[in-house]
Amino acid sequence: MTVSEQGLIVPGSGKFDLLEYLKPRPGNHPPLDSPGYKSTGLRHPKQPLVLLPQRLTEVTGPLLGDELITMQDADLTTQHAGEPQGQRIIVFGQVRDSGGRPVPDTLVEIWQTNAAGRYRHSREHHPAPLDPNFDGVGRAITDQGGRYRFITIQPGSYPWGNHHNAWRPAHIHFSLFGRAFTQRLVTQMYFPGDPLLPYDPIYNSVTDDKAKLRMVSEFSMDDTQPEWALGYRFDIVLRGRRQSVFEEAHP
Amino acid sequence: MSELLTPSQTVGPYFSMRLPWPEGPYVVPAGTPGAVTIYGRLYDGAGAAIPDGLIETWQASPDGRFAHPDDPRGPVPDGDLGFRGFGRAPTGHDGTYKIVTLKPGPLPTGDGATEAPHLDVSVFARGMLDRSVTRIYFPDEEAANAVDPVLESVPQRRRATLIAVPAGDNLLRFDIRMQGEDETVFFDL
Repeated sequence: MTVSEQGLIVPGSGKFDLLEYLKPRPGNHPPLDSPGYKSTGLRHPKQPLVLLPQRLTEVTGPLLGDELITMQDADLTTQHAGEPQGQRIIVFGQVRDSGGRPVPDTLVEIWQTNAAGRYRHSREHHPAPLDPNFDGVGRAITDQGGRYRFITIQPGSYPWGNHHNAWRPAHIHFSLFGRAFTQRLVTQMYFPGDPLLPYDPIYNSVTDDKAKLRMVSEFSMDDTQPEWALGYRFDIVLRGRRQSVFEEAHP
Repeated sequence: MSELLTPSQTVGPYFSMRLPWPEGPYVVPAGTPGAVTIYGRLYDGAGAAIPDGLIETWQASPDGRFAHPDDPRGPVPDGDLGFRGFGRAPTGHDGTYKIVTLKPGPLPTGDGATEAPHLDVSVFARGMLDRSVTRIYFPDEEAANAVDPVLESVPQRRRATLIAVPAGDNLLRFDIRMQGEDETVFFDL
């Protein structure tokens, strides 16, 4: 412990180096102001963002472990007495950073509609049936290889008020922490070949076509289980770190 | 060569099915000695409350430590091991949120400067395609705030948007305005 010039007691105030997380490439993330998605209009900052150097608070982050998972809820089809309606699917993948490092022990949270395109939520009024056997929420922790796996039901499409005849493509919401505050990500997983994708202003808010495809899961026959469920792979890439001098010399 | 990232998408209107958990707003249990409640309202560009937002906070312990392997200062004292440091609170019908926590300690920057006590904040909502990041600083830290390198980098007239306002015993108010005259300072991380 040392005392700074201002009389503050600061632990470990000597010189040290911190990890640095790489900036996303332009166009990788959607712009906060995206006129096609009307609600962005009053909800995006208008003043220029101020650069926040990555220091201790930014390169660390909550390491939320099993304590928050009071029960195993990576299987969304067994949370009630009966089985939910709809097509059973396995959604799995790897969480890694842009340098290819798996992100182990990180919390993955998901929420989605039921097979009919209805969320279990008090403010949801889409006239499609609720399913008494499906809540549409799940949680998992990645394993040492950064892998996660959910068993769920193919979600449905639903109308929303953004514009005339607006329908969201089927999707599953994902929330991830990674290892650092800089890596926090909330995204949506889409399904390959969904005919609504070209019409969706949220999906199309991402301007880089290759980046956009990162949000579309991949059907996997190899991971489809006979007589039981279809497999969809959804790998998730979080911000990677700048390589240290040592790593660059020994790739 | 680095891979493209999975793009961010909006948290949407229905995240409250999953994300909030009962102890989310309590970084420390209510009644913890020294606990401070930070509350405030999230506003859109028309000055209307945002009732479907999510506020997350991340911070050091009162000793200025993180129980995290990437904090290069080494293992934390035992007393800090149980400090979660993370808060999560949805906004209510009137756009208000609340976090109960302990004031973090100041932090070294690694190159000789000192950051004043602060919380990093992520704001999520329907209509936000990516989170907006801001910071909460403390009004009783005038000396530390005056030399905080992040506050110093913010135009003088906007700095006040980052400093919570005293609102009573162990009570601070921190409103978040997405746009307008007093738009909160948001950061490019």
